[in-house]
Amino acid sequence: MRLLTHNMLSSNIKGVANGFPLKIEVVKVVEKEVDFNIDFLKNMFHKVEWKALAEASTTMGYPELPENADASMLDADDFLHKFHHALLELHLEEGALVCPETGRKFPVQKGIPNMLLHEDEV
Amino acid sequence: MESHYTCRAAAVFHYSLYSVGGRVGSGRVTSRKRSYLKMLSRTAKIPLVSSHPEVYEPCDDSFALVDALLADRTNLLQHHPSICMEIGCGSGYVITSLAVMLGDEEFVPYYIATDINPHAIKVTRETMDAHGVYAELVNTDITSGLEKRLARSVDVLVVNPPYVPTPEDEVGCEGIMSAWAGGENGRSVIDKILPAANNLLSDRGWLYMVTLTANNPSEICLEMRKKGYASRIILQRSTEEESLHIIKFWRDSDSQLELKNLDYWTKMVRN
Repeated sequence: MRLLTHNMLSSNIKGVANGFPLKIEVVKVVEKEVDFNIDFLKNMFHKVEWKALAEASTTMGYPELPENADASMLDADDFLHKFHHALLELHLEEGALVCPETGRKFPVQKGIPNMLLHEDEV
Repeated sequence: MESHYTCRAAAVFHYSLYSVGGRVGSGRVTSRKRSYLKMLSRTAKIPLVSSHPEVYEPCDDSFALVDALLADRTNLLQHHPSICMEIGCGSGYVITSLAVMLGDEEFVPYYIATDINPHAIKVTRETMDAHGVYAELVNTDITSGLEKRLARSVDVLVVNPPYVPTPEDEVGCEGIMSAWAGGENGRSVIDKILPAANNLLSDRGWLYMVTLTANNPSEICLEMRKKGYASRIILQRSTEEESLHIIKFWRDSDSQLELKNLDYWTKMVRN
């Protein structure tokens, strides 16, 4: 699971008001090289919740993203490459996503987050 | 009712036999098969589609959806989607085909696919790996967990829903049954997917969905029109077992203006 997807997931348990961002529990991180694409990054920059991405990246062992970011930074090569690496190349292979309100853990195995709920959570 | 849903099951069984044969014989590729593969070079290749006893294998409905996407490929390329998604990816045949047919572009969209069946997720990963394409995969019910952050973001959404009319208590069962059990008129899951799709589609979002005549496609189009969507049946195909329609939906502000006319048509349909 890429951090881009982590950025798009929220806790879906019934009654949870703000299930975002999910905390990451890391067991294993894998890095996979992805072709660099500026247009894609510029496009995704507007969809990404920056603080959640920066924190997630730090949790995954890559504390290189600035705490805050704005669109003017998309002109800087160094920034774009760090953004690219954090967003697309870091994969949570094994671990869990933790609901910030209830502490319920959603397991991540072989890179797949399991967001299926138990009957009493729907 | 029973005879209806065994059709899709029977088709699965039939296809399993074919695809096993295909894999065993893959060392000696016949010329007929080679030209077949060439024709399908813009789609996922059947011998490379992974399988599992609990995962629905590509069938007439999957082929119809992929053929419809292929026929609309020029439009899709011009559309430059940022985010492409499949709800219920099953074997991965459709999302892989989509990634392959849009793969010539320099701009690679973010592909994401969901399935309620964990075996399907695993098989989709294998199918995509075999074709050298990638999607993020989430094991979830429809779009659960993604609806907040992915709202109004998806530019292309493809769905081959469980559309087969079955007893209501078979809906949402585990494993392969989740791939076809559609409840009354085959609409139980479709009617959950449509609001989820409406939430996820971007302003320029397109939805491609497989339906069966029994699902009442014209009623589905009318209901989507109330939500502001125009629609067109872009492919119609009758097989021995079923009559399939692939419908394309897109947001159309004019549709909202036609609501008054719509009320008239809705009454006509219901009467």
